[in-house]
Amino acid sequence: MNDPLVIAGREYSSRLLVGTGKYKDFDETRRAIDASGAQIVTVAVRRVNLGQNANEPNLLDALPMKDFTYLPNTAGCYSADDAVRTLRLARELLDGHDLVKLEVLGDATTLFPNMPETLKAAETLVRDGFKVMVYCSDDPIQAKMLEEIGCVAVMPLASLIGSGMGILNPWNLKLIIEQSKVPVIVDAGVGTASDAAIAMELGCDGVLMNTAIAKANDPVLMAGAMKKAVEAGREAFRAGRMPRKLYSATPSSPTSGLIGS
Amino acid sequence: MHISLNGEARQLPPGTTVSGLLEILELLGKRVAIERNGEIVPKGLHATTALAEGDALEIVVAVGGG
Repeated sequence: MNDPLVIAGREYSSRLLVGTGKYKDFDETRRAIDASGAQIVTVAVRRVNLGQNANEPNLLDALPMKDFTYLPNTAGCYSADDAVRTLRLARELLDGHDLVKLEVLGDATTLFPNMPETLKAAETLVRDGFKVMVYCSDDPIQAKMLEEIGCVAVMPLASLIGSGMGILNPWNLKLIIEQSKVPVIVDAGVGTASDAAIAMELGCDGVLMNTAIAKANDPVLMAGAMKKAVEAGREAFRAGRMPRKLYSATPSSPTSGLIGS
Repeated sequence: MHISLNGEARQLPPGTTVSGLLEILELLGKRVAIERNGEIVPKGLHATTALAEGDALEIVVAVGGG
């Protein structure tokens, strides 16, 4: 595979990871995810709706486990204990699947992560054999701590979850990218294709998004745009951009051989 | 006997097993995971795990999320 994303020893050709929430229906979910080319999809774990028709369509029918790598999350958890319980249930639910997304929230308005609880949960989960991809603040010190605990990817926010505000602190992301030995995946905040490209041009290993696709006017079209943006950003990063030359223009065409000279 | 199921009180015949509960809920054979009093009950033990008075059960599924 050319330039794969490697997470916990497994190779992925797509560097775009997508969520499966907020879509109109499972048909739209599937079509958008197919258009995104994503191989890793996040899912949430929730209490079964008792009294509901047990035969109505479910996520696993729309996105069969054989076609995707599931990444169960702890969205909605506000303590390390709840997050650990949720992921133990997820592992049981998904036949021992141990690649997970840890997020412990600290505030219902901003959905900013509670980092002390995140670190605590990460320690327990890694000790328990989970491969932990972790949503975190863009603080390089705590990102390093998460890597040292043994997380398989660190996933700093670019801006608040579901905000679509884009890459607000590229400098912090760059610090995390430069110090990390595990993949750095921007998780949260991407609003449109150029945001994803900027994240990848900074040197992120991947981008995880949900709302930017699901809440676009045309989610399937946006999913395709995100796929291209992530690929373009990655290629631009690998190619290495030209240096910025402020106030110093250089013509692209020959300066000699002009007619009339 | 009385149990708590996904946060709601529920009455079950004494001796009901986890599999028996799933049957009552029409969830037998569905992809669900079960936690009893904070501990996972592995699929392989559903049929032999008898519930007890006061048990707190959580039954979960995978849903769309980001």
